[in-house]
Amino acid sequence: MDIFLQQIINGLVQGSVYALVALGYTMVYGILGLINFAHGEVVMVGAMVALTSLQVLLGLAVAPVLAILVSLFVAIVACMALGYTIERVAYRPLRNAPRLAPLITAIGVSIVLQTLAMMIWGREYHAFPQPFANSLHAVGGAIITDVQLGIVIVALLMMSGLMLLIHRSRFGRAMRAVAENPSAAALMGVDINRVISATFMLGSALAAVAGFMVSANYGIVHYYMGFMLGLKAFTAAVLGGIGNLRGAMLGGVMLGLIESLGAGYIGDLSGGFFGSNYQDVFAFFVLIAVLVFRPTGLLGERVAERA
Amino acid sequence: MTHPDKKLLELTGVCKHFGGVTALADVSLYIQEGEIYGLIGPNGAGKTTLFNVITGLYQMDHGTFNFDGNVFERSKPHLLAQAGIARTFQNIRLFANMSVLENIMVGRHVRTRTGIWGALSRNSSARTEELDIAERARELLHYVGIQRPVNTLAKNLSYGEQRRLEIARALATEPKLLALDEPVAGMNATETESLKTLLQSIRNDGITVLLIEHDVKLIMGLCDRVAVLDYGKKIAEGRPEDVRRDPAVIAAYLGGEAA
Amino acid sequence: MKFNLKSKPLFAALVIALLVFPFVTDALLGHGWVRIADFALLYIMLALGLNIVVGYAGLLDLGYIAFFAVGAYTYALFCSPQFGLHWPIWIVLPLGALLACFFGVLLGAPTLRLRGDYLAIVTLGFGEIVRIFMNNLNAPVNITNGPQGISMIDPLRIGDFSFAKTHEFLGMDFTTVHLHYYLFLGFTLLVIFVSLRLQNSRIGRAWMAIREDEIAASAMGINTRNIKLLAFAMGATFGGLSGGLFAGFQGFVSPESFSLMESVMILCMVVLGGMGNITGVVLGGVLLVILPEAFRHGAGPLQEAILGKILIDPESLRMLMFGLALILVMLWRPAGLWPSSQHRRELAPDEATVHQEQETVYDASR
Repeated sequence: MDIFLQQIINGLVQGSVYALVALGYTMVYGILGLINFAHGEVVMVGAMVALTSLQVLLGLAVAPVLAILVSLFVAIVACMALGYTIERVAYRPLRNAPRLAPLITAIGVSIVLQTLAMMIWGREYHAFPQPFANSLHAVGGAIITDVQLGIVIVALLMMSGLMLLIHRSRFGRAMRAVAENPSAAALMGVDINRVISATFMLGSALAAVAGFMVSANYGIVHYYMGFMLGLKAFTAAVLGGIGNLRGAMLGGVMLGLIESLGAGYIGDLSGGFFGSNYQDVFAFFVLIAVLVFRPTGLLGERVAERA
Repeated sequence: MTHPDKKLLELTGVCKHFGGVTALADVSLYIQEGEIYGLIGPNGAGKTTLFNVITGLYQMDHGTFNFDGNVFERSKPHLLAQAGIARTFQNIRLFANMSVLENIMVGRHVRTRTGIWGALSRNSSARTEELDIAERARELLHYVGIQRPVNTLAKNLSYGEQRRLEIARALATEPKLLALDEPVAGMNATETESLKTLLQSIRNDGITVLLIEHDVKLIMGLCDRVAVLDYGKKIAEGRPEDVRRDPAVIAAYLGGEAA
Repeated sequence: MKFNLKSKPLFAALVIALLVFPFVTDALLGHGWVRIADFALLYIMLALGLNIVVGYAGLLDLGYIAFFAVGAYTYALFCSPQFGLHWPIWIVLPLGALLACFFGVLLGAPTLRLRGDYLAIVTLGFGEIVRIFMNNLNAPVNITNGPQGISMIDPLRIGDFSFAKTHEFLGMDFTTVHLHYYLFLGFTLLVIFVSLRLQNSRIGRAWMAIREDEIAASAMGINTRNIKLLAFAMGATFGGLSGGLFAGFQGFVSPESFSLMESVMILCMVVLGGMGNITGVVLGGVLLVILPEAFRHGAGPLQEAILGKILIDPESLRMLMFGLALILVMLWRPAGLWPSSQHRRELAPDEATVHQEQETVYDASR
């Protein structure tokens, strides 16, 4: 088996998930200049809701394809409602407050969501249902599964759709206008609050899809899964240049590759001292490195160095 | 002492772009020691950009920056404050939840030394310095004419007092050049008049003043020299009475205010 | 903020109350509560350390517990059979504090020149990374003993005086929890002293200026990055110091004690009590240590009595409470439950100034 190629494939798959989550961070940041700490937990809720929905539907002997589509839809709707609520409750009242305040409420929201998920779904790891045989395909000495292939395809579709929405639609124009200059956009008759709500909902919908994907890929769901995933997706957003949509996608894929290659080779590189159990550490060092050397990220034009 | 022929600040060929927009195009000017120098121009002319370059908040893309005999290439606000440029902000930026006295005391930061050890031990030099800081802050409070208990929170001052407090805070850094961004914006006629008196007495104390202003009357009555910016370019410079007759200036203001 | 203890009788009463506290508690509530008081003091120290970072300088540190962990593991490694080292505490405690400070600088240097949000997320990551290392540095070379943690750590000891034994003074027995109470009380008072001194100093004013308006602060000649780094490093140092004391007191450390929840709990103490206000932070610390204990004893039986079954286990309830507290305090009482004298004045400002302040703050954050 070609290990290098295999790691590339794994990296691309994981990177697609990061990219979808990173888009949520970057959209909110672009429009509000705020890091939505709770975004990782939205992904987790998406995964959990999809889990329950799948279990119920498969239990009722619904056709697997239908069960998956319906569950995905349910997860998306649930996450959009959640994203909307988070913005209304925790961020909107503090829009003119000092910077520290929304950061603190955001961490509060994360904790509440995590705890509620723990109370509802328990502390244990859940197996994510796999209604299909997940067949394998050989790609030049490496293997890609149906699920992995599906993840990459769906991620590409979602991202193209998003780009179309933002660059071609009325809503997308309003969103870009608010990101550029909120007061000018308001003067031009854009309802800023609606645009912000919609942005949170859009980001949350992507998060739901990402939650579904990551659960299907690993086959495991857990109430704590959103924390690390969120942290990494944020890193991906910073790597690409926070506030920049293409940057988030690029950063996501790159982070996925870095992680997967890093985990694959760290054992050899460190003479066996570090193993793949340090996989979660890479994202952090990437984040620090980006902040030191290029705080604006790969594609960022925005000046990160503002008060 | 003032030396009328000494250039305190000299800028040559300053350019600044934001993305594709040129905010400042090849602006050159100098400010002489001891004068009150005015910077005027229509909205969006680049006044505030230039002001932010002078105070280190923005980095210029091209040009040279010479202040008090030193060249500054890439600079930071705190280094320029140290060198002797103090500023106020158009949209008042006081330390809102600190007292008026503390606000001015923060201004003394750059001219004092006490570090962690001094703060913890409160040794004699730290105590003396702390007393001096408070003493000087009280003097400045009096100097700018704020009659309030010293522990009033800055945000509870009236608008005019906040403007004055900002000036006192800037003066606490012992500037050679005091840069004021629209200091009378939003003030009524009485407040404007008394601020004018304050600025004159600051100048008489030997501090050079740079003034950005919308209020052309204030500029005309106060400044020794003015420069006019339009679309990021300097279109006129000289004594106020000459500048106001300059056709380019009149055109820039559409024959309005300047006439 | 100033302690309103200018009146001598009040001050004397407080001193006596603090001194007899462990004996009274012991007699009334039992030994366990003295132990809880010891932990409360450790948490208060941590909260005061974090208060310098969050309350004074306005920097959000979400991985503060990592510095506590660095201090605790330093003590554990140098004072236990793990490596057969038994160094004296007057070397190990400062060493732990210094190492924590070192990590603080390492982390703060690249991030503190950026916007505050980056610091928050980088510290959040750092807290998790430290835990990953503690969990995994047991193979191939066993350093931290992995998830099992390090046990049989030497007790705190000054010369021949061990805090782990019962000593007799003046005909009274001082058990180990009593002795630790006085030791920790001493350290807590030290941290309070340092905080108070710093608060009313040139450095303290620079921190608060940065918290209020970073751009204005730099225009006043404050090197914002260095001054922020100083706050961050001081906070980390206190965290490391408390960590060493914790390891010596508990005799056992494992990665589990240093989870994100602990960081959040300490942040809660600071926010709940009132950021930047020492009395508030102390009260916040006391409240957040006692409440969960009360929950542990009260919430279960109460739920059983009312609902007939345990619906929410006390641990979840505690976490839920922390999360909600952070949100609600920020929404309704941003100055905390015990605002400092300065903040109290601010609670009743006139409309015009509030509006104007919000405008400027909005500008500042844009």
